[in-house]
Amino acid sequence: MASTLADLKSLEEDMLAQIDENGIREITYRQALQEALTEEMTANENVILMGEDIGAYGGSYVVTRGFQEEWGRERVIDTPISELGMTGVATGAAIAGIRPVLEIMTINFSLLAMDQIVNHAAKISYMFGGHFNAPVVIRTAAGWGQLGATHSQTFEAWYAHVPGLRVVMPSTPLDAKGFLKSAIRGDDPVLFIEHSLIYRNRGPVPTEEYTLPLEGSEVRREGTDVTLISWSRGAILAQGAAEELQEEHGISCEVIDMRVLRPLDTDTVVESVKKTNRAVIVEESWRTLGLGAEIAARIQEDAFDYLDAPVGRVGSLEVPMPYARNLERLVIPGKDEVIQAVLQALA
Amino acid sequence: MAKNVVMPQMGYDMDAGTLLRWLKSPGDTLERGEPMAEIEPDKVNIEIEAFDSGVLAKTLIEEGETVPVGEVIAIIGEPGEEIDDVPAPANGAEQAEAAEQPAEPPAEAPAQQAVQERETEPAPAPEPERETPQPATAEAPSGDRVRASPLVRRLAREHSIDLSQITGSGPHGRIVKRDIQPYIDGEIEIPIAAPEEPVEAPAEEERVVREAPAPVARPAAERGEVEVQELSRMRQTIARRMQQSFRDAPHIFITMSIDMGKAMELRKQINAEIAADDPESEVTVNDLIIKAAAVALRQFPVLNSYYVDDKRELHDNIDVNFAVAIEDGLISPFIPDADRKTLGEIARASKDLARRAREGGLRPEEYAGGTFTISNLGMFGVDNFTAVINPPQVAILAVGAAKMRPVWNAETEDFEPRFMMEVTLAADHRATDGAEAARYLQHLKAMLENPMRMLAG
Repeated sequence: MASTLADLKSLEEDMLAQIDENGIREITYRQALQEALTEEMTANENVILMGEDIGAYGGSYVVTRGFQEEWGRERVIDTPISELGMTGVATGAAIAGIRPVLEIMTINFSLLAMDQIVNHAAKISYMFGGHFNAPVVIRTAAGWGQLGATHSQTFEAWYAHVPGLRVVMPSTPLDAKGFLKSAIRGDDPVLFIEHSLIYRNRGPVPTEEYTLPLEGSEVRREGTDVTLISWSRGAILAQGAAEELQEEHGISCEVIDMRVLRPLDTDTVVESVKKTNRAVIVEESWRTLGLGAEIAARIQEDAFDYLDAPVGRVGSLEVPMPYARNLERLVIPGKDEVIQAVLQALA
Repeated sequence: MAKNVVMPQMGYDMDAGTLLRWLKSPGDTLERGEPMAEIEPDKVNIEIEAFDSGVLAKTLIEEGETVPVGEVIAIIGEPGEEIDDVPAPANGAEQAEAAEQPAEPPAEAPAQQAVQERETEPAPAPEPERETPQPATAEAPSGDRVRASPLVRRLAREHSIDLSQITGSGPHGRIVKRDIQPYIDGEIEIPIAAPEEPVEAPAEEERVVREAPAPVARPAAERGEVEVQELSRMRQTIARRMQQSFRDAPHIFITMSIDMGKAMELRKQINAEIAADDPESEVTVNDLIIKAAAVALRQFPVLNSYYVDDKRELHDNIDVNFAVAIEDGLISPFIPDADRKTLGEIARASKDLARRAREGGLRPEEYAGGTFTISNLGMFGVDNFTAVINPPQVAILAVGAAKMRPVWNAETEDFEPRFMMEVTLAADHRATDGAEAARYLQHLKAMLENPMRMLAG
């Protein structure tokens, strides 16, 4: 039985969704995911959902509320608390022809399933010479909020490092729905990373069915003085910082949302840096060996002669996340840190 | 254990370098990578850095001296190490010129005689360096001295701007785009400001000249205020090159008068056809002379050659430099393959090069080259003049103004007004002689007096 809190959340979101005359309406990130899952489960009876508490409970982030009632317990499966086991089962099912969408409650718990993700799902197709593949979609969530050291991490860099995986981290409902559908239909293993703090963000999504290819970054805001690069919640933070930088400092930022972390498209970034001559990367993960390091390396490779300042990186402080809220606020980069980094780049 | 520091090869065609100044003194400690000397392979300066750490034990050459690439110029030793003798040069065979003095412990007396025997020209002209990147900026390879962003370095290369003259406003004194932008926009002249420390090099150079010259006689009683001007870097370069040229190349000067009547007529016709629609293609008198001189050179490859190391280097290509006066100096960009270009092409190229020369926007590969130079002072009404050859070229043509003059007509046995221009060819008597120079001028005269020949040729 879904919780009262979850009921209210969902009701609120339904009220917020309105369709405009172009067939575009604003829905939440969560609703976008729900629509994608619903459409794909309807279209293909081999699509199944698996995960901890996704069925009877409706999902710890309420994404799959009502799904078990609708599709039954054979297609919406509550797994035991065993990430390694359930990822192995999902991978095996995918090899056998099922299209599983596995939910790993948070990306922190994916550590327990690393071997199945990295050594199996990612490599099946290669090691079997293409005779088999493992089109498993693993949905998981980054995020934080007084959840403590072991529940507040974000490992996109670790997975984006692995050949054989596709890794996406959409920041908008439009991208979330389009990517999830493509991920389910595609033949590659996909790590689909959501963020617990953006499920309620609203954005335009067409009512007509659509998919988006799992590639490419997007310019979210055009500018001339510096290029801000981020993804997921970081992209939203960067856009907010860009607003303030324009109003308070007269600095014009170009903001790029990476969207897809593997394969990483830095062409758009490089083109932008050739225009602005400065780049700052914003990420919620720790700075050291984060994706920012890879992007910075590619910028200096491909746009070396266009850089007027070193590429800046803003990330979390290099500590396990504290529990206390005030300490947590110090660790995670906020608007101020982004603004500081931009001012530094323009120094 | 002692290690030799040699004059490095810092350009494709460089075979000698001039030491401008030591940045460290004997006895100083050196950190690997630390700049230790400033050398000049061309119009711009480069620092060489210590390839190893230690103590700068001895410097073997003086500021202002030019030595061939590969010659040992300093020794790095251990702290406290004794170094008595000049170590054998790395390429000893090449430096086998008999030194007039035995090599003394170099800290006191540089082995200047030994190196003076060789061609001391730091190979400026044949420096197109098509393979190596242009060192148009005065930075050490590690960029230790001049901090500048990669963007700024690229812009400096593209616009031939000397970064050592720009102050950086970025972190750590880094030169960033906003610092260099005014130079690119042309608001400020190419930085050629006097260096901060008084440059001793010119004075030093006097000493290393083969015949030690007498000090300049000064009047016993000087009157009035004296303003001592430091020479800009460009001025220094011009001074150095002109002195070397005049000293090393015995100049002969041959003058010829040329009737420009038909050439001017041709010019008028051409411009009437093409210049109305396209002002960039307007052909000037100088453009005509460039074309004629270039075509005439086809028959005189020696005058199109370089004199280097007692040898003449002949060229297939005829690339004509023309002098452009710029603030406190001059620069001579060249038009490649001038003999094969149409007058329109020459006109456009010369306008573009002259404009960019004045704006400071020439790239080194546009002026560090060329096989024959033309200098024109006709616009000042000058009748004729003598020019100094641009080494290692062998000749230079000095062009005066075309003026109406009475010329004897043998047929009518009377004087008649003709539009005459005097040109004076200066030629290096080591490479050529009067007769050849005179024959060239005859050719040139024939071409300009019957200009159709230069179009047909």
